[in-house]
Amino acid sequence: MESHAALNPDSAPTVEFGNGQHNLSKRRRPGEALIQGFLFFCGAVSIFTTIGIVYELGKEALLFFRTDGVTLVEFFTSTKWQPAIGDFGIWPLVTATLMTSAIAMLVALPLGLATAIYLSEYASERTRSILKPILEVLAGIPTVVYGYFALTFMTPLLRSIFGDGTIQIFNTASAGIVVGILIIPLVSSMSEDSLHAVPRSLREAAFGLGATKLETALKVVVPAALSGITAAFVVAISRAVGETMIVAIAAGAGPKFTFNPFESAETMTGHIVRISGGDLSYDSVDYNSIFAIGLLLFFMTLSLNVLSRRIVARFREVYE
Amino acid sequence: MKANKNYYPEGDALLAQINGRHRRGTIWRTLFLTATIIAILVLMALLYNVFNQAFGLVAVQNKIDPTTLTTDGVLLEDLPKEQLVDVLAGHISTGLGRRLEREQLFFDTSTVFEDPALFNELCASAEPPAACALPARSQEDVYQLVLTRVVEPEVIKTWSLVDSILHRSDVLMEAEQAFPEAVIEFRSWLTPSFITNPQSSEPELAGVRTAIFGSLWVIAITIMFSFPIGVGAAIYLEEYAQQENRLNRLIQTNINNLAGVPSIIYGMLGLAIFVRVLEGFTSGAVFGLVSDTTTANGRTILSAGLTLGLLILPIIIINAQEAIRAVPSSLRQASFGLGATKWQTIWHHVLPNALPGILTGTILSMSRAIGETAPLVVVGASTFITVDPSGPFSKFTALPIQIYQWTSRPQDEFRNIAAAAILVLLILLLTLNATAVFLRNRYSTKMT
Repeated sequence: MESHAALNPDSAPTVEFGNGQHNLSKRRRPGEALIQGFLFFCGAVSIFTTIGIVYELGKEALLFFRTDGVTLVEFFTSTKWQPAIGDFGIWPLVTATLMTSAIAMLVALPLGLATAIYLSEYASERTRSILKPILEVLAGIPTVVYGYFALTFMTPLLRSIFGDGTIQIFNTASAGIVVGILIIPLVSSMSEDSLHAVPRSLREAAFGLGATKLETALKVVVPAALSGITAAFVVAISRAVGETMIVAIAAGAGPKFTFNPFESAETMTGHIVRISGGDLSYDSVDYNSIFAIGLLLFFMTLSLNVLSRRIVARFREVYE
Repeated sequence: MKANKNYYPEGDALLAQINGRHRRGTIWRTLFLTATIIAILVLMALLYNVFNQAFGLVAVQNKIDPTTLTTDGVLLEDLPKEQLVDVLAGHISTGLGRRLEREQLFFDTSTVFEDPALFNELCASAEPPAACALPARSQEDVYQLVLTRVVEPEVIKTWSLVDSILHRSDVLMEAEQAFPEAVIEFRSWLTPSFITNPQSSEPELAGVRTAIFGSLWVIAITIMFSFPIGVGAAIYLEEYAQQENRLNRLIQTNINNLAGVPSIIYGMLGLAIFVRVLEGFTSGAVFGLVSDTTTANGRTILSAGLTLGLLILPIIIINAQEAIRAVPSSLRQASFGLGATKWQTIWHHVLPNALPGILTGTILSMSRAIGETAPLVVVGASTFITVDPSGPFSKFTALPIQIYQWTSRPQDEFRNIAAAAILVLLILLLTLNATAVFLRNRYSTKMT
């Protein structure tokens, strides 16, 4: 069996020269090994990055908690963040983050999902080929431009609707809505992918039983693609929590423990940007504190991303 | 009745039920379409808003009316140089005049503000002022000086583009009442001089040249770092790594997770590692490139480039992996069959075929990196810098940083130049993405 030669070392390709036979597959190739080593190193850089993030954030956060007057209990229970007088309670920053993210999801979920259903179930091939790239353009615009949009368009718009008295110039509502707009393309394109992956035969079976297009879409296709859609939602939440420039520009400066979306409040990311953008001296409490916030943010987004992948892996319906 | 599962309508009831279902279908279909249109309209609103702010009417008020500076109705810009210098000398202090004269002379043979003997002495000294080597200012130069130093035009109010076009008469009337001395003119904030001017604290004079150079430098470092490493990692994962190996699985999972980490976290990593721990390397002190080691710090282009490099690394790897996976395995087997080694197969057959995909992915991640703001703020982009970056160890600013800075200021004029800077950034991104599409089309036809 000549074709199996490579599997059997004894019959491996050999050459004869000089004083005997040489097995080519056993020949040492230092160049090849070197290249493979380098390529492995390239792959390992990503591991180093993760280790670097956890180590550096953890180290500085540890220094922060070692500072006099800072305790873990206070950090997680207090509702005041005023570094100037030694109050380090994370809650004002967390509530602001949750508020902008919640508003963002209220905007992005219905719009994103409806867009996905329209593109996947209703739109003709031609319409799809026009609308999809437009949404991708929306996804490619830098977030600082969205921040500008929030401050110079959305805030004046909200203020003209609800009145200048009720809405402050910097407010979480405007920032949240624009973050929602930012993640519409993410939700719609991920959901559309999973809707598109549902086999045609399911739709045809539904049509055959007399279902209308809407009934097919909502009762057959969407449930079949539910794992992908859920994963898209979770990734979108993670994106909203980590979004920085929009909230830094439009949500306001200064942590405030409030649940009123028309007031200004500072999110975790907004606080990190404001503190690190100023004149920052290393090893001060301010410097260390942003790393503690960053570590919390890292674990929040990481767990959301892991959760989304779990959802896909566990609940995915596999069709032959 | 409807709750009863065994209820099957007949005749008219059936027709009514079917009609109802179809009506509901139409309503929802309209809703879905509306949602899609809203999403598209938002994009339009975004662009509309930027254009609306980048152009429009402005009210310009001069500190000194230029017509009072001339006689017989001659235009200021038509005055001969001698008279312009006289105007200048009559309105600015001698100290400022000396400074201007040391930068560049007004006349080749004589001085206006300086004492001639003292000036000659200065030129002979160890550090002669710039004026000694330069020819005298032209009439045009002096006119510009008179404009900025004497006339001092200042924008006191701006209107949006839509107001300027649709409600022009209202705007003019309002301006007439509020600023009787001001001149109303249409202004595009995006001008050639906006692109070529350095940063300035005056919005009328400010430009984005420094920021464009900063962005280009940073992005060059980013690509030089992340392209080889990203493609290398993708080759390793696709061609060498055995899937059942735990370490390789860990690397793959890790890359997927890194792609979801918020960009600001990378900024903090860059601040801790590149700016602080590797300060000697990123500030250039190790290479002896810094003359004054006491003021050198790691907040340089190199730090920013490496930080953004780490940020886009997972994206490059994932895209390159997909491109490599798309290369048919028959190609590899044909190459092996002819006796090529693994690396020869990859280098001569797999990579050339995967290249269009890899390049497209890289350019798309580049446009992501150009727009990133938060990591650069954290790593320490300079907020005000008027000197062009001269190398990887310079302090820097970048286009998105400029936009952020200008947006954060309360004055209207800064909003206007922020809009102009956004247009510059969007044009840059558009060019990059068009290049990506072009490359993909060109190479994919060549390869097949």
